Amino acid sequence: MVEINLWSGLRRFTDGELAIEVEATTIGEALDALIAKHPGLAPVIEAGISVAVDGEITTAGRNIPLRPDSEVYLMRRLKGG
Amino acid sequence: MAKDTVNTEYKLVGTRPNRPDGLDKVTGRARYGADMSMPGMLWGAVVRSPHAHAKIKKIDASKALALDGVKAVVTRDDFPTGLTGEDWNLQENSMAGEVALYDGHAVAAVAATSALLAQQAAELIEVEYEVLPHVIDVDDAIKPDAPAIRPGAADHSVSEGFPPNVVRYIDYGHGDVEAGFEAADLVMEKTYLTEATHQGYIEPHACVGQLGADGKGEMWVCTQGHWFIRYMSSAVLGLDVAQLRVTASEIGGGFGGKTTIFMEPLALALSKKSGGRPVKIVMSRAEVLRATGPTASASMDVKIGMTRDGKMTAGKAVFRMQGGAFPGAPVDMALDCAFAPYDLPAVYHEGFDVLANRPKAAAYRAPGSPMAAFAVESLVDEMCRELGLDPIDVRLKNGAREGTKASYGPTYNRIGLVETLEAAKAHPNYSAPLGPNQGRGVASGFWFNYNGDTAVSMAIAEDGTAQVSVGTPDIGGSRASLAMMVGETLGVPYDKVRVNVVETGALGINEPTHGSRATFATGKAAVVATEQAIAEMCRRAAAEWGIEPEAVEWVDGSAQPAGPNAGKFPPMTIAEIAGKMSTTGGPIAGHYEGFPDGVGVSFGTHVVDVEVDPDTGKTTVLRYLVVQDAGRAIHPAYVEGQYQGGAVQGVGWALNEEYVYGDDGRLQNATFLDYRVPVASDLPMIDTVIVEVPNPGHPYGVRGVGETGIAPPLPAIANAVAAASGQRLRHLPMTPPKVLAAIQAGQDG
Amino acid sequence: MSKIHVSTIVNGDAVEFLADPRETLLDCLRDHLGLTGSKEGCGTGDCGACSVTIDGRLVSSCLVLGVEAAGKTIETIEGMADGAELHPLQRKFIEHAALQCGFCTPGILVAAKALLEENPDPSESEIRYWLAGNLCRCTGYDKIVRAVMDAAAEMRGAA
Repeated sequence: MVEINLWSGLRRFTDGELAIEVEATTIGEALDALIAKHPGLAPVIEAGISVAVDGEITTAGRNIPLRPDSEVYLMRRLKGG
Repeated sequence: MAKDTVNTEYKLVGTRPNRPDGLDKVTGRARYGADMSMPGMLWGAVVRSPHAHAKIKKIDASKALALDGVKAVVTRDDFPTGLTGEDWNLQENSMAGEVALYDGHAVAAVAATSALLAQQAAELIEVEYEVLPHVIDVDDAIKPDAPAIRPGAADHSVSEGFPPNVVRYIDYGHGDVEAGFEAADLVMEKTYLTEATHQGYIEPHACVGQLGADGKGEMWVCTQGHWFIRYMSSAVLGLDVAQLRVTASEIGGGFGGKTTIFMEPLALALSKKSGGRPVKIVMSRAEVLRATGPTASASMDVKIGMTRDGKMTAGKAVFRMQGGAFPGAPVDMALDCAFAPYDLPAVYHEGFDVLANRPKAAAYRAPGSPMAAFAVESLVDEMCRELGLDPIDVRLKNGAREGTKASYGPTYNRIGLVETLEAAKAHPNYSAPLGPNQGRGVASGFWFNYNGDTAVSMAIAEDGTAQVSVGTPDIGGSRASLAMMVGETLGVPYDKVRVNVVETGALGINEPTHGSRATFATGKAAVVATEQAIAEMCRRAAAEWGIEPEAVEWVDGSAQPAGPNAGKFPPMTIAEIAGKMSTTGGPIAGHYEGFPDGVGVSFGTHVVDVEVDPDTGKTTVLRYLVVQDAGRAIHPAYVEGQYQGGAVQGVGWALNEEYVYGDDGRLQNATFLDYRVPVASDLPMIDTVIVEVPNPGHPYGVRGVGETGIAPPLPAIANAVAAASGQRLRHLPMTPPKVLAAIQAGQDG
Repeated sequence: MSKIHVSTIVNGDAVEFLADPRETLLDCLRDHLGLTGSKEGCGTGDCGACSVTIDGRLVSSCLVLGVEAAGKTIETIEGMADGAELHPLQRKFIEHAALQCGFCTPGILVAAKALLEENPDPSESEIRYWLAGNLCRCTGYDKIVRAVMDAAAEMRGAA
């Protein structure tokens, strides 16, 4: 299991939960598991998000591996100038 | 090997060679967007709405089409329907549909045999409007009774009952903010305002587009990212993406503003309607200011708690930003950056993306970060003054470090904020004496940096020289830094590597030169591609020597046996291996396609001295110091250039630049005379210190340097103006009339 | 509108072209003579990217009509180097990294050359005021000013 931290505004889609444990070995699996548990998150995730894994932020990378002790945060999608 | 310490062994990295495109650019040979002409080419011109908000009732092009030499007119009727999401926004911004949403919004376009004729024809296209109520200012636009600009544009984050122009809502944070404010000795809350500014690249948008009835097309365009132009133009026009081939010209500045489409699909639509003749469209400066780029304007409430000795206990930010008549003001990234330099036990952010009758905001250098820095770093300074504390000491006391939980959630890896603060404090500028009416300001800033889709191909030529094909246009010397990294990896001199920015048909998709990513992401990709070519050359040498490839290593541009057990063979140079590649297995090349990981965030700290004329309110910048963590400076001169250029754009934002609208919602200052960017005589030399805290996620330690430098100037200058004049200005730009009014109000009070 | 035949000297070469009387000198250089080194950044004389000299006088070519070039001597960025030999300003701009995107560079080089012909030993302040009509959005001007000072010093030493 790996813990996925959401930004607090998403709690209305998750019955108030902000840290959700999912069974996942990659970012993609984690996102799919999140949507399975809380379908209200689907439009948020489909609209585009970034994910921070152990402090490093990535925008794509569904195949990026997660370990059980990885620190994972969902973030609003980043872009640059 | 992770280069996690500063390596002084490099031959190329860290040196300052002449840039490979220098000769073309000092002789006028370099070809920019408007410099291309094609056989049979027509010229296009765009008809733009003179109204901030108006229903388009009728478009009559008959008089234009009756002119000799006018070949085609296009309106929204010539575009496919049924688009959704950002594709629809792009189409709607490229050409208005039923409603013109801002002064300058395109409503029709025409192609003719000369630029003058196209302009004349555009003036003959008659558009009948029904003017609608408009709203410009963000704090007006967020009111419940503001004119609703685009009902239905709000996304899932907006609940029932929000004002009609709020299209996105964000809230997040951690810790107990109220308890934090309770624990503070001083709690201050202020509102800060910034106005919309333009990226101000000197080269106006320009393209030549060609599209045949067979759906195959070509485009030459000045852009930060030609794959973006290809995708977006294709989406807007309903084309097969791979049938459009886009070549990036040299680019005359972008700063984020050239990462999207404007008139490019119009040129293609006109071309198709003209029987496939190429159509060139070059924007005027007024079109650039009215219809492209600007950044969001912002209205920001910030609240901070601090103990008497300068420890910050909590922070709260509520930001409202308008990004024009489309969703996409960078309010989320602004909030992420707001408290990023601080280790806060409790922080809360709330943001509103608001529509207004202005052009669609485009990215501008560290989108959102400068506004956020202005608000938070101004308030931190106000509190330091209130408590009599040194602003660098307070930042050191609260500064984010490795292991700090970032204000935006995750835990920081190795970062260099503290190093920039220490270097700023030690710099002679921080202790230089100040005279009357002079003051010093300090501020820090943050940017994430970014990676993005990246494809690179490198190949060895017959004589052992190397070519690198990349998809990120060179805006500020990236050909040089890429050639240096490839040369370093390959063990060949810098001038034996040629870096080519290639067209979309030559590589997989690439994101633009944005997000401070070219030297990081394209650089990392180029190194990986080079390592593949090196491995292949080692295999060729091993085959020749009859030993295992693993027994060969690459040293200083040659294959050689890895140790005494591998056998005794003289080194085989890259030129020798290349010279016989056709008989040893064919071409030698390497490539990378992916999303390079290992991005390292960056921080900077600026120190500025100003003098404020108490009689006129004019602010003069006396000294300016930029200290920023580059991770590793591949080509220090171009790193300094990024620092200096970012700082000066920030100076313009702080002191002069703003979009000025009339009551009619029309832009009042659509020329460089009235939209005044900094000129040489406004400025001193810009001192720089390159801090190098290498990013372990890049083979040479690069973080990315393009964006962070525009965030600190806004608050640093406001803080310096406050120190010099005794007046705190919380609304940018700090123009002389505003500063003078503040001084006079202060004297009256 | 009928066109006007214009004969002029550009970078030492006698040239002729047909100009619409509404076209600027910049349009004529770029579109009729293929000299695209001079750039249009604003079209209103505010940015200096189109700087050329007419009979030795520095002008914004976007504010001069093409027909006004008749009988005059025009110098543009394309005529600045002596064959393969770069002008010291051009060389110093490369060496000092005084350009990033390079779009303003031709105009700034032409303007700086005109300055050094008038004042071979300008102060930093004189350079900054002379170049105040040439906008650069990339560099913050620091390296441009340094490159001009260094070129001036070299030219004085060489003279």
